[in-house]
Amino acid sequence: MSADVELDHVTIRFGDFVAVKSATLKIENGEFFSFLGPSGCGKTTILRTISGFLDPSEGTVRIGGQDMRGVGPNKRPTALIFQNLALFPLMTVEQNIVYGLRVRGASREVQRERADQLLSLIALSGQGRKKVAELSGGQKQRVAIARALAVEPQVLLLDEPLSALDLKLRQHMRNELRAIQKRVGITFIYITHDQGEALTMSDRIAVMNEGVIEQVGDGKAIYDDPATAFVASFVGENNPFHGHVVATDGEFAVIETVMGRLRGLNRRGARTGDAAVIFVRPESFRVGSGQADATIESAVLNVAFEGNLSHVFLKGPTKKEIVLTVGRSDGSLPGQGDTTRIGFDPRAARILPQGKLASD
Amino acid sequence: MIKYLLFFLPFIVVAAFIVMAARDRQRNRDAATIGFFRRNGPVLSTYFMVAVGFWTILIIVLPQLYMVEYSFRHNLTAAEVGGPKDVYTLANYHFLLFGRPSDNTAMNWLHIAVFFRTIIVSALVTIFDFCFCYPLAYFMAQVAKGGGARLLILCLIVPFWVNELLRAFAFKILFATSGLIDTLLMSTGLISDPIDFLKHDIGLYAGLSYAYMLSMIFPLYNAIESLDRNQIEAARDLGAPWWHIHLFVVMPFAKPGIASGCTLVFMLCAGALAAPQILGGPSSLWFTQLVYGWFFAAFDWPRGSAYAFALLLSCIIFVLAMLRLFKVSLTEIAR
Repeated sequence: MSADVELDHVTIRFGDFVAVKSATLKIENGEFFSFLGPSGCGKTTILRTISGFLDPSEGTVRIGGQDMRGVGPNKRPTALIFQNLALFPLMTVEQNIVYGLRVRGASREVQRERADQLLSLIALSGQGRKKVAELSGGQKQRVAIARALAVEPQVLLLDEPLSALDLKLRQHMRNELRAIQKRVGITFIYITHDQGEALTMSDRIAVMNEGVIEQVGDGKAIYDDPATAFVASFVGENNPFHGHVVATDGEFAVIETVMGRLRGLNRRGARTGDAAVIFVRPESFRVGSGQADATIESAVLNVAFEGNLSHVFLKGPTKKEIVLTVGRSDGSLPGQGDTTRIGFDPRAARILPQGKLASD
Repeated sequence: MIKYLLFFLPFIVVAAFIVMAARDRQRNRDAATIGFFRRNGPVLSTYFMVAVGFWTILIIVLPQLYMVEYSFRHNLTAAEVGGPKDVYTLANYHFLLFGRPSDNTAMNWLHIAVFFRTIIVSALVTIFDFCFCYPLAYFMAQVAKGGGARLLILCLIVPFWVNELLRAFAFKILFATSGLIDTLLMSTGLISDPIDFLKHDIGLYAGLSYAYMLSMIFPLYNAIESLDRNQIEAARDLGAPWWHIHLFVVMPFAKPGIASGCTLVFMLCAGALAAPQILGGPSSLWFTQLVYGWFFAAFDWPRGSAYAFALLLSCIIFVLAMLRLFKVSLTEIAR
């Protein structure tokens, strides 16, 4: 069984501090949904509200269409995987996994059977008698997942569960998590500040900043068509140029920046005179000439060779350098100290209303 | 002969320490690890050894050994010492169990009853203190935020600035016939005649429970505080009701703290003197009062020592049995 989760104008306050501002979204049945944002953006608060440890100050949380107000975490059809996993250290692997069943008064045979089933799901068959401390980081991770799945939740909530693992294991666990989700078919709600995790695993992502959901969409939409300056700067590398819109022309607009006039797609309706930012991704730049209103000239500060591609750092309008990525087959690299011209296709540039950037 | 041996024991132990340290030093001369002496320097090392040696031996072990030796002697006058009567005997322990041969009962029921009463009441006080302190300790360690917990701890500690004797007398005033509690109960009309709390030993039980409360609360607090809050939430999230969380998540984790708290309270309680002396009912005795009586009323130190040792040994056996029963090891408590 799986259920959808609906947030209806959910606001959460701690005293005067507003942790989440009027969040409204619907997470579909069986979806792998991620909340992505920097630390302190309110994503964990949302998760704790869905799991029942917090009640929203305003608004409603509905799981499977049912209003969850006043329903405690032990009564909700959700299971939470904690950031530090919170496995019970004094219990064996099997005792950990069947804890939820034991609480529900399931018979020994049922517990044993379910434990075996879950141990094989997480590829730890026959290791039920081990102490938690004897397991490796990835194994503990999988036991935490099994413990949560044992109670057959309709929604599984994951609070940055991979953050304690090393890089290699983290990448492996991404695939593993996605595979487990496909197999059990229930709704997964995943919290992370790591965009790589969010982009690779999720069906859809909500990008959050300072308690506000800035954009909801699949990974491609968020990367290619960011709704706000924050999303554009937080998801993936991006080069922002601040300025004012001087002309609009159908889908395009031209913006006056310190680096000259630049042209880009104007999908968020900026009008002439508006303060705006144009974003150009590093991989969108081409070394050499470009068309009018889509060329920048600047000094090369540094070139970093990385094998299949190279990063070129140019002196930017602010302290932050302009970054461009040049592939192996894209021709010659500029030398350090040269002044070079780089151009881009205006279709690959995005003009967004002025707003807070992720690095600010 | 034994006396001289006992007197020189501390020095022998200190010497043994020095020899051990020297050997340790020699063994580690070439190894990467540094010996005890080199690690702490000669001054500190000597101080540690002498201090620990003196403390454990001179202050604790030695007097106790004297007492043990005492307990196997007859109570002799100065003139008789060294005479034909000066031999080791089990008479003092025999007396605790069987009394005088002239008594008309086979066993010394009076003293045996006092002994078991002391042990049982101490155990009950320990259980009561645990039940009373666990919720408080849990609240301070996991629920209360910063300031609130600190205030609570202060409220618990400050009353203990008042010394034990004064506290016992205060309880006497509280529980006396027509004392504070009686007056209060009668004025509200709950009872019509005053209740003699002291005669029924309620004052004593309350006094003992209160006197050793802190020895229970702080070990519990320390143990529960180190429990990761997420584990409680995880259990709750998995559907556990509150009692299940306490019984199967919090208490197993806090077991070493619970064990050390219970051990402390039980030992202190069984060895209490002031509270039973002041708050005990007229017809009930505490075992320590018997010990006190042999020492200072009958001036029979050997018998007093025997009684004291019987109590100490029984308490240790009882505590070890309890630890065994609840599967706690001594090393866990020390943590």
